[in-house]
Amino acid sequence: MSVWGKVAVAGVYEHPTRYAPDKTAFQIHVESARGALEDAGLTIKDVDGFFTSGVGPIGIMSLAQHMNLRPGYLDTQDIGGSSFVSHCLHATAAIEAGLCSVALVTYGSTAASERFAIGTGGGFMMSPADNFEAPFGPTIVGSYALVAQRHMHEYGTTSAQLAEIAVTMRRHAMLNPHAKYRDPITVEDVLASRIISSPLHLLDCCMISDGGGALVLVSAARARDLPKRAAFILGASEAVRHHGIGDRDLLDVAARQSGPVALGRAGVKHADVDLCMIYDSYTITVLATLEGLGFCKPGEGGAFCSDGRLALGGALPTNTDGGGLSSNHPGMRGIFLVIEAVKQLRGERGAAQVKECEIALVHGTGGMLGQRHSGVTMILGRA
Amino acid sequence: MSSYKKPLPRIDEESRGYWEALVRHELYFQRCRDCGTKRLPPRAVCPTCLSSRTEWVRASGRGTVYSFTVTHQNQAPGFRETLPYVLAIVELEEGLRLMTNIVGCGPDAVRVGLPVAVQYEDVTPEVTLPLFRPVS
Repeated sequence: MSVWGKVAVAGVYEHPTRYAPDKTAFQIHVESARGALEDAGLTIKDVDGFFTSGVGPIGIMSLAQHMNLRPGYLDTQDIGGSSFVSHCLHATAAIEAGLCSVALVTYGSTAASERFAIGTGGGFMMSPADNFEAPFGPTIVGSYALVAQRHMHEYGTTSAQLAEIAVTMRRHAMLNPHAKYRDPITVEDVLASRIISSPLHLLDCCMISDGGGALVLVSAARARDLPKRAAFILGASEAVRHHGIGDRDLLDVAARQSGPVALGRAGVKHADVDLCMIYDSYTITVLATLEGLGFCKPGEGGAFCSDGRLALGGALPTNTDGGGLSSNHPGMRGIFLVIEAVKQLRGERGAAQVKECEIALVHGTGGMLGQRHSGVTMILGRA
Repeated sequence: MSSYKKPLPRIDEESRGYWEALVRHELYFQRCRDCGTKRLPPRAVCPTCLSSRTEWVRASGRGTVYSFTVTHQNQAPGFRETLPYVLAIVELEEGLRLMTNIVGCGPDAVRVGLPVAVQYEDVTPEVTLPLFRPVS
């Protein structure tokens, strides 16, 4: 009684804004919902499952009021930027179990216009574990930097190899008219940008933008009757990593658990994957995730990411929208990974289209890689 | 003491013994009296066997740098005045890893594997932080 292949993403919408001082975050949620429902050929009256994240404690009720929704199924997954990929996993189970039939996932943020220093604020005191970390000043960049430093120590990975990832994302962003940063950059530019938290430079870090997006999920049977081609959820899995009892291996990322499970559920091999959408909060996130997913052996990520493999036309095109490094990053990027994957599988991406794109792998990372983080892997297919 | 701007730990029933020992300039970790598994940060119940029978074990205070980052940007009060500073994870001789700062040397001198020893930093009457400095 597998659920895989029985639920599809039927509608997607990425809000084009990157800076919206004239909008509220809720407005971006609703405008995105409108776009995704229109894309799916459905209306807001059809929605009976509602999924969101980043709206604060009990915030989903306020957002439901804003949209005048009365869903029978609610999900405020709260595992950071990967939450929206997780929503797809949860919606798959819910739809297949008959708990809802039209699942709407929304996201909206005005992080940039509010001048919220996401990566370099510090001293968050939200959970018991923070009492043993926040006094020492871990920024979010710093948390990912701890993983990068350890990777360099164990495997000789270089800053130039990480920089290749940023350069590739920028090349992809140049093909995306909505991307925030579209001027070409070189490895030398990345290495010459100032260090934010060693070994990560400014251009190793994602931006802070405004933005949002939405997804509409329905059963595969219903999706086949809708006007546009849908992307079918072939497999998905989620995982968390943390310091445990003080025995954490920093290079043991959540993708190492969720990746093989998701691929196994989908019956898909690494060689079958035509497109990767990997949460690129930082360059190291891409490298560590691809290794964790098993696309290369531990320690080989540096070479794997630095020979053009991740570029359009390469063996494993990755983040063809330009990613969080160059397109947009309003704080929680997971939803954009799904949106771009669906557009690629539909063949809607024009100059940035991956040829014969039939299988896409999406991996969202949430939280702080060197402290507590989540990983959600999802395999989407055209048929 | 009002000049101290960095976040202070909230001392609770599960962690009180850890923080009280630090005020005495002693670093302790926990060990389960039933299954023997060591753990940090402290907590009431052993996650390995769910036993509540816990003993405190004094750490030698020596270890090595497991990973680190030289932080050049942090807008938060208390940190922005002390840039750059070294955030690190230190692996204690007893095998447990904890987050800390490396002090007593320039940021450029810090390496993964660097031998370090605890340096107690009294920041308020109730809170002493376990920082680490290089040792030969």
